[in-house]
Amino acid sequence: MLRKIRILLAVVCFVSITLLFLDFTGTVHAWLGWLAKVQLLPAILAGNAAIVAALVVLTLLFGRVYCSVICPLGVMQDCAAWFGKRARKNRYGYSPERKWLRYGILALFVVAMIVGAGSLVALLAPYSAYGRIAQNLFAPLWAWGNNALAYMAERADSYAFYSVDVWIKSASTLAVAAVSFAVIAVLAWRNGRTWCNTVCPVGTVLGFLSRFSLLRPSIDADKCNGCGLCARNCKAACIDSKSHKIDYSRCVACMDCIDKCHKGAIAYRMRRKNDVAEKEPHATAEPSNAARRNFLTGVGMLAATSAIRAQDKVVDGGLAVIADKKIPVRRTPIVPPGARSLRNMASHCTGCQLCVSVCPNGVLRPSGDLMTLMQPESSYERGYCRPECTKCSEVCPTGAIRKITRAEKSSIQIGHAVWIESNCLPVTEGVYCGNCARHCPAGAITMISYDSDDPDAPKIPSVNVERCIGCGACENLCPARPFSAIYVEGHEQHRTI
Amino acid sequence: MNNDNNKGIDRREFLKRMGLGAVVVSAASVAGCGRKGSRQDQAYVASADIPTDKMTYRTNRKNGDRVSLLGYGCMRWPTMGDGADNPDAIDQEQVNRLVDFAIAHGVNYFDTSPAYCRGMSERATGIALSRYPRESYYVATKLSNFAPSTWSREASLEMYRNSFKELQVDYIDYMLLHAIGMGNGMADFEARYIDNGVLDFLLAEREAGRIRNLGFSYHGDIAVFDRMLAEHDKYKWDFVQIQLNYVDWRHAKEINARNTDAEYLYGELAKRNIPAIIMEPLLGGRLSNVHDHIAAKLRERRHDMSVASWAFRFAGSFPGVLTVLSGMTYMEHLQDNLRTYAPLDPLTDDDREFLEETAQALLRYPTIPCNDCKYCMPCPFGLDIPGILLHFNKCINEGRMPSSSRDAGYSESRRAFLIGYDRSVPRLRQADHCIGCRQCVHHCPQNIDIPAQMQRIDRFVEDLKQGREF
Repeated sequence: MLRKIRILLAVVCFVSITLLFLDFTGTVHAWLGWLAKVQLLPAILAGNAAIVAALVVLTLLFGRVYCSVICPLGVMQDCAAWFGKRARKNRYGYSPERKWLRYGILALFVVAMIVGAGSLVALLAPYSAYGRIAQNLFAPLWAWGNNALAYMAERADSYAFYSVDVWIKSASTLAVAAVSFAVIAVLAWRNGRTWCNTVCPVGTVLGFLSRFSLLRPSIDADKCNGCGLCARNCKAACIDSKSHKIDYSRCVACMDCIDKCHKGAIAYRMRRKNDVAEKEPHATAEPSNAARRNFLTGVGMLAATSAIRAQDKVVDGGLAVIADKKIPVRRTPIVPPGARSLRNMASHCTGCQLCVSVCPNGVLRPSGDLMTLMQPESSYERGYCRPECTKCSEVCPTGAIRKITRAEKSSIQIGHAVWIESNCLPVTEGVYCGNCARHCPAGAITMISYDSDDPDAPKIPSVNVERCIGCGACENLCPARPFSAIYVEGHEQHRTI
Repeated sequence: MNNDNNKGIDRREFLKRMGLGAVVVSAASVAGCGRKGSRQDQAYVASADIPTDKMTYRTNRKNGDRVSLLGYGCMRWPTMGDGADNPDAIDQEQVNRLVDFAIAHGVNYFDTSPAYCRGMSERATGIALSRYPRESYYVATKLSNFAPSTWSREASLEMYRNSFKELQVDYIDYMLLHAIGMGNGMADFEARYIDNGVLDFLLAEREAGRIRNLGFSYHGDIAVFDRMLAEHDKYKWDFVQIQLNYVDWRHAKEINARNTDAEYLYGELAKRNIPAIIMEPLLGGRLSNVHDHIAAKLRERRHDMSVASWAFRFAGSFPGVLTVLSGMTYMEHLQDNLRTYAPLDPLTDDDREFLEETAQALLRYPTIPCNDCKYCMPCPFGLDIPGILLHFNKCINEGRMPSSSRDAGYSESRRAFLIGYDRSVPRLRQADHCIGCRQCVHHCPQNIDIPAQMQRIDRFVEDLKQGREF
């Protein structure tokens, strides 16, 4: 019964959290957005004391049910393990705790958080690891399914579905997601919760707490006949059936053992005084390290630009070819409004990709920089940070992007526009343009004469950097291709103007 | 119903034979399958055959040409479409089918230009027509004038000679100076046709018999039209091609300040006994794709007739009209038009009054007068100008245009407009990418200020996207 309740709750949580990463319309977030905010690490980073306290109390009462129900990476491992169990029954066995590995990684993780090595934090944080997998591996399938429906809707003259772009937002993050999915799934398939009980820093912290939990499964030595069925079905490898002991720091309260025991010797009950947590392993450590990779931090950009040349019209009809925009080299990366500063982003973001999933304008993508790997950054070659959109700030669970309103957004300066004379069409082609000025939501661009002595001289943009908010409308809508004649440089510290 | 199906098969076989090159001048009753644009049509006329021997003809008094009242405009030939290797290439097989069907039902006038269909129309038309004896059809082409690079005498002569090659003919039945009065009006006209002696050359070609009829098509500056007619004694125009339809008859200025009422244009031609060839009888499709209210009114008056047929009857009822051009991409449109003109059922005075009321009602809907002629294309910055304008018009005609953000159905129409916009026009080709270079402006025969319209639509889209109150 307890096991069935656990499975039911886990499935509901898992499906709901996965939907958060799949739904690009933002409707699911209104209902289920809180599920991202109750994840332990995001709650700690967001300074959400109530949720942290609630999770601590939950663990002290019931053990690591968090790992079995709330954590999507944990449930994903259970799914992989379930397939493994179908292949071979009774496949697990007791193994002693690898304490030095668990606490070593936890210490490394804390140090990484303190020094702001966001990429390492993002790699280890369990919720973020799952978010990355969902965003990179599952969301494209969802989007293609949606596009197929949109294709049919269009033919049925219905506006129920619209098609969305599917594109690789960052090759390195995609690779990290694919590798971590493969490693974690294979580990789970073979050995159950190995990841949670050796690598996961959240698992280590909660494991420390769950040693003292009020309710816990325990073995009644009188009823136990020593068949060892419980140990062979324990995905956490924490039941030492010979000595009738359970290592509560690794038990995720899945209740599988309770159902398995034919003798009814295991029950989920209040702790008693003489219960002592299983201690000290013999040292047979097999390293199960996560794969690490180094990544290129970006693609070197050739500065060769070629502005489009107006074609001479001879016949009617046809469409001019439009070259794709390329990403300019930005000295300072751009992070979305609400992020406050690059430092705030680096120290709070766990790279869960929720903001990247909901960005409707193709602006946010995971960074490829080694220090901020997988954390979001903005670029404007597909779209720009539109004035009516504050979605990323609404979904962020960690406080890396603080909630802002549309009014606030209109005055938060995240960067400033820079004009590049050699790309600007009025200069190179002598045509009238002004598309940047026309679309600037802040009214920060004025068209001025290229040559004040010549009244017929073409007009060029002049950027008032005090009013510019760095939204990228000018960069995105600039007709110069592949490199725009106006682009945005990020600011380290955002400010309200 | 069985009977009908059998007839349908007969027709397919019949068409197949024609496709093999057999010339058919048969007056035998050939069944049409009667497929038409909409389901409503089918309910009334699905079983009616399109007669092959009932086409109304008009006679050109100069040389006795017997010209079908329906002329085939070759500006909108079907393309291979999405999924093909070359989606923009003309679907020659389908062109041949259309031409075969048209000729079998009495059409004998084909109007093309070196500029149409991205320059591919003349060749496609030539391929289709060259399968028939030369004397069985009349072909019209033009000395086009879009790029100043074609304005020199050498370039003009090259364009003229190339038309013979593409059309596979050694004489041209109807030759036109293309769209005079556009751009800078008189100045452009003189530079294009007078200063370089090209008009004199064409007059000499007419003397030599390589041009059987010489005329011009006219848009825009009325001074150029008036001058051409004032000099009629000198040039002896054999015909003139004008824009005429029941809206332009008396309301041309309301659509386009630069245009002149067709009533005046036609009247001037009639005075001098110059045959008129009609273009834009449907105002680029805007008289068939009308607002739902107007479609209902037209239907109420004549259940058995399509919306478009009213416009064709209007144009065809004038006795001085030699032929009425329609750019028919689809077999359904061709069949509908054949029905209207085989034979013509002339308008009554009541009908005329009714259409005048319809014209006034149409003008109350603020569509942009784009005829999808694509003269503005390609836009050097990649915009799909007609695509954008047609989407805008479509939303108006379907009554889905929110006039205020406080409208009852605002959120549905907003969604439909924005999603439909992305479906009709890829984002990179939408109005926000118009930089206002104005290259398109002087190519537009309807004198639309395209950049201004692009910016207006862009502002409207921004209103919708940002959820601004308006």
